Amino acid sequence: MAQARFVEIGRVAYVNFGPESGKLCVIVDVVDAKRALVDGPTTGVTRQQMPFSRISLTEFVLPVKRNQKSANVAKCFDEHEIIKKWNASHAGKHVASALRRASLTDFERFKLMVAQKKKSLLVKKEMKKIKPKH
Amino acid sequence: MVKGDPTLLMKLRQYQVAGRKFPSDTDPNPVIYRMRIFATDEIRAKSRFWYFTKRLNKIKTAHGEIVSVEEIVEKNTDHVKTYGISIRYETRNGITNMYREYRDTSLCGAVGRMYQDMAGRHRARAETIHIISTTALNVSSKVKRSNTAQFYNSKIRFPLLHETVRAPCKSLRSVFVSGRPLTRSH
Repeated sequence: MAQARFVEIGRVAYVNFGPESGKLCVIVDVVDAKRALVDGPTTGVTRQQMPFSRISLTEFVLPVKRNQKSANVAKCFDEHEIIKKWNASHAGKHVASALRRASLTDFERFKLMVAQKKKSLLVKKEMKKIKPKH
Repeated sequence: MVKGDPTLLMKLRQYQVAGRKFPSDTDPNPVIYRMRIFATDEIRAKSRFWYFTKRLNKIKTAHGEIVSVEEIVEKNTDHVKTYGISIRYETRNGITNMYREYRDTSLCGAVGRMYQDMAGRHRARAETIHIISTTALNVSSKVKRSNTAQFYNSKIRFPLLHETVRAPCKSLRSVFVSGRPLTRSH
């Protein structure tokens, strides 16, 4: 069981609701128990207040100081290659696939169903080898 | 200057309204009174200005003119500040003074939050609240309320213990879901 992730200055967060949803941002300061001041100059999030209900904390923390200027936040973000790390991370991949799933057309959903069926058939074959019929 | 989601932005603006009595033979250069008013637009600002001027200076709208209405735009909304707001409001049984503190990136945001807070905690409607003074508290020792003081911390760090699971937008919401939501914060 992983430890809880902390809201702290420098924590990279993923916006999960609203017009900025899908973007990464950095927590630059905490306004109060329900809102943070976030900034994502390289990802298209202008410095603004954001409720914690709209962001999900990622595993990444940047060495950003409180109220650091946007330009320096951008530098830090690029230096640590957060976007690359996020895309390679488990959570990042899950988010990307969820977005892909939501944008599937009907034909693509059909193709997905066919592929799923093929996969489960292969899995069942292998399972039969390991566990023979009673 | 719209930044970010409009539903999260504050609607209140701060205006400097200056007005005076109409000049007359006995008083060719009447005193100009100036007020800082928080309102959503100029018209409301002017109206509120007259409300106060009538009570404090004995000038009615019919006897006076507004000399200028200018919006006071906050210089720097890039960092969070702590604001102390002194107010006087009417309760059901009388009038009370209060001092309240709010954290926000701008004074207008803090004042807007004050109105919401007063409505929620004390059922005080905006019309009954007079803002006596507002100060930006730059020194942590001046912050009186422990609630706001705990966030005035450069090394702030706390976990989000309960996460509400929500679809990114209404169209992606599903009525039936196979499993229960996971509310732990990882």
